[in-house]
Amino acid sequence: MAETIISTSELTKKYGDIKAVNELDLNIKKGEIYGLLGPNGAGKTTTILMLLGLTEPSSGSAEIKGLNTTRDSIEVKKFTGYLPDQVGFYDNSTGKENLIYTAQLNGMDAAAAEKKAEEMINLVGLDNVVDNRVATYSKGMRQRLGLADVLIKDPEIVILDEPTIGIDPTGINEFLDLIRSLSKENGITVLLSSHLLNQVQQICDRVGIFVKGQLLAEGSIKDLADQLLEEKEINLNVKIKDYSEQTVEKIAALDEVREIKEQENLLDEIYQHYFKGGEVDARL
Amino acid sequence: MPDYNNSFSVMVNKEISDHVKSWKFIIIVALILLTTFASIYSILNLIKNNAAVINQEDNFLFLKLFTATTGSIPNFMTLISFLGPILGIALGFDLVNSEQNQGTISRVLSQPIPRDYFITSKFAAAISLVFLLVFSIGFLVMGAGLISIGLPPTLGEFLRIFIFLFLSGVYIAFWLNLGILFSIIFKQSATSALASLAVWLFFTVFYSMLVNITARSIASNPFDLRSLTAALSRLSPNYLYNELTTILLTPSIRTLGGLSFKQLQGAIPSTLSLDQSLILVWPHFTALIAASLICFAVSYLSFMRKEVRA
Repeated sequence: MAETIISTSELTKKYGDIKAVNELDLNIKKGEIYGLLGPNGAGKTTTILMLLGLTEPSSGSAEIKGLNTTRDSIEVKKFTGYLPDQVGFYDNSTGKENLIYTAQLNGMDAAAAEKKAEEMINLVGLDNVVDNRVATYSKGMRQRLGLADVLIKDPEIVILDEPTIGIDPTGINEFLDLIRSLSKENGITVLLSSHLLNQVQQICDRVGIFVKGQLLAEGSIKDLADQLLEEKEINLNVKIKDYSEQTVEKIAALDEVREIKEQENLLDEIYQHYFKGGEVDARL
Repeated sequence: MPDYNNSFSVMVNKEISDHVKSWKFIIIVALILLTTFASIYSILNLIKNNAAVINQEDNFLFLKLFTATTGSIPNFMTLISFLGPILGIALGFDLVNSEQNQGTISRVLSQPIPRDYFITSKFAAAISLVFLLVFSIGFLVMGAGLISIGLPPTLGEFLRIFIFLFLSGVYIAFWLNLGILFSIIFKQSATSALASLAVWLFFTVFYSMLVNITARSIASNPFDLRSLTAALSRLSPNYLYNELTTILLTPSIRTLGGLSFKQLQGAIPSTLSLDQSLILVWPHFTALIAASLICFAVSYLSFMRKEVRA
């Protein structure tokens, strides 16, 4: 069993009478991708801010690699990268300059910072826009630059807050694939918050369902599904060769099938079909 | 091996280069240079033609470069007291809220740096720019004076000018800190700019009126009225700065308040030496630095307590 790298115990944050985060106990293991899944306003961002020491907890504590995140936040931030949901860059500087600045704040000298920045830019595939001002970047490019910015300090832990907001569906897939492969290759622990179920299930090893400041359920997507869906409906997508009425009837004849509906969301399929691969930089 | 001790200087460097490249800084500096040039040009003409008249009472001709006026164009002292606050406010009013609106603040604060570096580096960068600017313009004026009237300053004059420039820096720092404070309090840069300008306008235009009204309604005799007016006026940084610079650059002024006939009797009309002038304005000096520091302390505290959200 891998060791626990992020843990919180009874972590609570109150704003007035409202408990944004309520006695949260979270344990994240080294090297896993953990998805914090919850609706807007569930307290995901607040939790993340407390993990980074950017906000003080009202009670309880959080530890990363055994360091208290409030008291030793500087130490924690040396190996923890954070991508905020609305990641901001200095618009009047180029992407590269922004990265170099971050690298220098992480203790690299100017030459090393520049080398590292170029390396990261290659990694996230922004080579042809490095010397443009960030003001000209699209949302997807900013998000990639954000990822480069997080990775530039060679983090052991990466915390991503709603990383896929505002990117188109194919862009999301590429972005998530990138995160997944980075995590698996370099053993980086990833904590990812999202309110979009399908993304989270795509890359997360484990998921925590987080509502109104409380963790309602936790486990792999499969475990959670087993717990909740034992006797309930499951929607399956079936790919059919040579679609015909008869095929549908055959499926409907099966004992286990309750209902057959025609797919509603065809647009998504069409989109995925036409935009697969290629022209990535033009779109993002 | 990463060296985390350079972060502060990296941040200060970045702030300075941001300022220097920004349009607002270029415009303000151009404005200051142009008006200084106009003022110096007219004063040099005046001094060349009427040196004897101007210099009849004392021999501080070099200081006249900063204080003499032709009527149409204000002298250097007035210019700085007028444009200085604008420079300070322009440098400070959007330092924090622009980063917040851009979303860069949470990215910077998630780097391994102490939180207060964010605000202290901004302060350090702006303040060093202010001092650099004030001193270089001041020395330019001195240089221009040296070349055109050919009369070198005495050590006393040089020291007076040096202290004057230093205090101008402190005075501008007060407005800079006020701008930073408002940039923390208000989310929109436009609001913080207007709020800082409103405070400045209040002190330059309305405060003296208010003081007059209050003093007149309270004071019972003319002597009371005078001292009360002075005391109340000195709550304004503008007034403090003006008194301070006047005393420093005009050694013939011997007192700040009213003198009784008794005190005047037997006094020999002469100029004050530098240390006497300094003793006279020492409270002003302290008050100005204190005001500046208080402003910074308040902004520091409110920044440290502020919740940083993306």
